[in-house]
Amino acid sequence: MIGIVDTGLALLILGLAVWAIVARDTFAAVVGFVAYGLLLTLIWVRLHAVDVALTEGAIGGGLAGALLIGAAARLRSTEAAARSERPGVPLRILAAVLAAGVTAALAVCVLTLPVPAPTLAHETAAHVAATGVGNPITAVLLAFRAMDTLLEAIVLLFALVGVWSLAPDRAWGGRPGPRQRADPNGTLAYVARVLPPIGIIVGAYIFWVGADYPGGKFQGATILAAMWLLVMMAGLADAPPIRKTWLRLGLVAGPLVFIAIGFAGVATAGAFLAYPEGYAKPLILVIEFALMPSLALTLGLLLVGAPQRQEER
Amino acid sequence: MSAVANLWTILTVSAGVFFYFAGTVGLLRFPDTYTRLHALTKADNLGVGLVVLGLLPRSGSVLGGLKLLSIWLLVLLSASTVSQLIARAARRREPRA
Repeated sequence: MIGIVDTGLALLILGLAVWAIVARDTFAAVVGFVAYGLLLTLIWVRLHAVDVALTEGAIGGGLAGALLIGAAARLRSTEAAARSERPGVPLRILAAVLAAGVTAALAVCVLTLPVPAPTLAHETAAHVAATGVGNPITAVLLAFRAMDTLLEAIVLLFALVGVWSLAPDRAWGGRPGPRQRADPNGTLAYVARVLPPIGIIVGAYIFWVGADYPGGKFQGATILAAMWLLVMMAGLADAPPIRKTWLRLGLVAGPLVFIAIGFAGVATAGAFLAYPEGYAKPLILVIEFALMPSLALTLGLLLVGAPQRQEER
Repeated sequence: MSAVANLWTILTVSAGVFFYFAGTVGLLRFPDTYTRLHALTKADNLGVGLVVLGLLPRSGSVLGGLKLLSIWLLVLLSASTVSQLIARAARRREPRA
């Protein structure tokens, strides 16, 4: 019975992946990709990797899906022209050979992995207690491999700088995205009033349980960013101008705290990002607490896009 | 007692699955956007609701049950909002009569 569910899920996701690749319409392909992300979330749950499932649902399906929908909407006006100039047969064959080659190389790598696969799970399980954190995923992300998480947060900031750099000169420092004119008494405005209080509680909850159960700052921050975006889309609040000092401070505060604690580790524990004995859990909490608002701001602004409007006077 | 709970779960979840099925058939068979939305939202809301009702006795704790109920309410809210927005977008695209 369980085999049927898993086989069905696997077939469904393979079919959807093929469909998203061959779909001619960009928008349809994006919708296929979002559905693919949600199915992938279910598969991670089936594999008991709830942390990965939460991240896939929030970032892979939700955030990346919203970014791609925005890109597809922008490309819509040029899509017919792009489709009419199809690349020649040799180029298409080359592309197919390249893609098939990459797939074959990946397949060879995966199929030749030793059984059982090399794992650090036992090492992690043996040392989780030293961090004081109950969720081994959080322990890995913020203690054993804290460097990766720090670089991840900084990469997101760079991505935002990249998006901002697309702004035309006259809009630099202005408000990102188009001005939203939604009906103030419409359905969207209603949801944008009702949902954020619930979303903020859920986001804070997912952030808070991350220390001991699946969850954490990334997933929580995505939910907070989604609530902020909803309010902006409904026209209840405008996006802030990107020249505001509070905004820029908020964006870098999280990574700065992380780096500061990292350097403090050099003095107190002898290595960058090392935590002194007995202080691991409080320091991890401080980092998560500082990172969460910065991440929420970064993710929200990434979706709103480049500055487009100078302040109306 | 557990036999009654099991029977309740089987009945309500089956009824929920039936509504999902009916909604999917409607999505595939109905002629235009509005009727398709009608089929989807009505049937899926009932489907989620019945599945949640069926899972309530199995949630194990009051807190778990409340979480299930709040999921139902959130699905109701988001589904009805999204259907309104899609219907409005579809109407805007039609030529004005």
